[in-house]
Amino acid sequence: MTAVPANLVLVLLIGVLFGTGVYLLLERSLSRVLVGVTLIGNGANLLLLVAGGAAGGPPLVGSGPEDEMADPLPQALVLTAIVITLGLSAFLLAMAFRSWQLHGHDEVQDDLEDRRIARRVARGLLAPNELDDIGASLAQDAAEARDETEHSDQRNDLDDTFVSPGLFPHRLPGPQHRSPLTSSDEEERR
Amino acid sequence: MTLSSLVVLPVAIPLVAAGLALALARRPRLQRIVTVVALSAVLAVAVVLMVATDRTGLLVAHVGGWAAPIGIALVVDRLSALMLLVSSVVILCVLLYSLAQGVADGDEGAPLAIYHPTYLVLAAGVANAFLSGDLFNIYVGFEMLLAASFVLLTLGGTGERIRAGTIYVVVSLLSSVLFLVAIALVYAATGTVNLAHLAQRLPEIDPGMRLTLQGMLLIAFLIKAAVFPLSAWLPDSYPTAPAPVTAVFAGLLTKVGVYAMIRTQTLLFPDGRLDDLLMVAALATMLVGILGAVAQSDIKRLLSFTLVSHIGFMVFGLALSSRAGLSAAIFYVAHHITVQTSLFLVAGLIERRGGSTSLDRLGSLAKFAPFLAVLFFVPAVNLAGIPPLSGFLGKVGLIQAGVAAGTPMAYALVAGGLITSLLTLYAIVKAWNKAFWQEAPAPLPRVRMPRGMLASASALVAVGVTITIVAGPLYRYTGSAADLLRAREPYIVAVLGEPQDQLTFPSAAGVPGDGTGRGDETAALEPDEAHGTGSEG
Repeated sequence: MTAVPANLVLVLLIGVLFGTGVYLLLERSLSRVLVGVTLIGNGANLLLLVAGGAAGGPPLVGSGPEDEMADPLPQALVLTAIVITLGLSAFLLAMAFRSWQLHGHDEVQDDLEDRRIARRVARGLLAPNELDDIGASLAQDAAEARDETEHSDQRNDLDDTFVSPGLFPHRLPGPQHRSPLTSSDEEERR
Repeated sequence: MTLSSLVVLPVAIPLVAAGLALALARRPRLQRIVTVVALSAVLAVAVVLMVATDRTGLLVAHVGGWAAPIGIALVVDRLSALMLLVSSVVILCVLLYSLAQGVADGDEGAPLAIYHPTYLVLAAGVANAFLSGDLFNIYVGFEMLLAASFVLLTLGGTGERIRAGTIYVVVSLLSSVLFLVAIALVYAATGTVNLAHLAQRLPEIDPGMRLTLQGMLLIAFLIKAAVFPLSAWLPDSYPTAPAPVTAVFAGLLTKVGVYAMIRTQTLLFPDGRLDDLLMVAALATMLVGILGAVAQSDIKRLLSFTLVSHIGFMVFGLALSSRAGLSAAIFYVAHHITVQTSLFLVAGLIERRGGSTSLDRLGSLAKFAPFLAVLFFVPAVNLAGIPPLSGFLGKVGLIQAGVAAGTPMAYALVAGGLITSLLTLYAIVKAWNKAFWQEAPAPLPRVRMPRGMLASASALVAVGVTITIVAGPLYRYTGSAADLLRAREPYIVAVLGEPQDQLTFPSAAGVPGDGTGRGDETAALEPDEAHGTGSEG
């Protein structure tokens, strides 16, 4: 029963890890999402450890009395989960880097449909003061929508006529024209 | 004995071949041979397993010689054998398609070098998820196929694929973490992660805790299966990938989630307390998905939305949790894997021939590519459920099961299913009219279609038609698969051995902490701990 306070600390720690992890997961920047995923993953690993019950001696047969040993199975599971999380985090990091190479930032863009609606609003096809479900008007959404891949998804919506560049004065023709160092341009747009 | 040792092969062969293919990265021809041979071998093993389970019901392999519940068990029952067979056929056809595409494009560069090993890992992950008799091993299978799918989805690393990949990767990681948390809570509550052992121990724990565990596992699987409130990631990420990749994802990855749901719901939580919730989710998935498809003007996005929509049919069959419902759901899974994959393969051919996937730019394909038109038409009407094709038979089975259930919710789902079929037909006809019948807005590019791509796509379409022809025996097989799932006892006995053997187990193995002795003492204590962690986390 001496292990109970330790467990409580672990449980609180798991709560903090999950809370901060979820907060970071809701961010737009992929590197913050990565930190969030790592935190949540560690929280889940600790949870597995807590699930194994009280701490004990090393679970090697013959090294001590069997009823004082720790449960070896959660440790094996945690090791597996750590390796998996490591590999996937590395992949996420590589994606963030690639995104930075291409766009000069690693922010996740809006869904194609959202961007399409935002563009229509910008051209006055929808009433801009129509409120969506969270109360933000479509005009606000349109102002916030990120549109780097505009050039590549135009093939998907021929019903939209050509967007005059004047509506989006900050937009450059395509990501390949933007060097990673001009991210101040991105900041300004927000 | 020898048959049981076959069970590990569908996982082992692709993994070994993946390593070999990676070592042969500089020898593209040899690499291709390794991949094709490995996946053909898996297909052969799957056929043997299917025949064997049709006779005996269940085959169990204890990996590493450690008997369950201590070691990891790989289990084939009729459901997993059928899933394994269908997925092996699909994986092999898509591989041949992508080989032909690579040859046609003269693509021998860097992306192809990692394509084959990754593809083999994906195959191993899918097989592992289907065969695993252990909750944590299902998680490992999921992670294998997810890691492989991340690489395949972002192949080449173009801007649009990175954007689509980001959403897919983050959502998948989140669902994996949820699954892992659910596993931790399951272990805390029961002291085991072996499915058969869980089936014995879960009825003993507090019903409220059991419901929590069921809910957490379901949420993790519903994300993977793209069921409505959790489906938004799918149409946004799949269409940007290369055609063969989208095809194999659409065919298999969501179905792995559906399989995991069928397995855990029938084996671990047979009391069906969340069935009503599943029914609502199924109805919403069908309707929201198909309305999304109707609104699309891009053929790949349209197909992605029909994919989401038709997952609803399978969840419907599962939620009925009657023999007829389960049987029809399993039949529908087999039908849908082949049909949806062939449609995406054909969409890749359409993109090649017509130079676009946008329905506004395509046209005249029926005149200039009549064979392609046939290849599209057959699986498309099959998807919509036109008699006598297998889509019709699957839907009839589901609707009969729904009417037999007779509850108002079941009738609502029957109506929803009919509306969905009708709207699927509408979406398909719209795509057909625009891509094949309308006058092309611009002259079609003059390209020759690689014969290999056409051949592998037609092979898969032919498999879809074959399902129609063998529908009678297949329904008998899925019926007995459903019987086996609902009986539960054969599975538990096959994995754990006869009840009296099990009592002598812990002392024989000599590892404390896993045995029943400890389980009995701590089972009463641990649910409380689990409650504590559950509320904090």
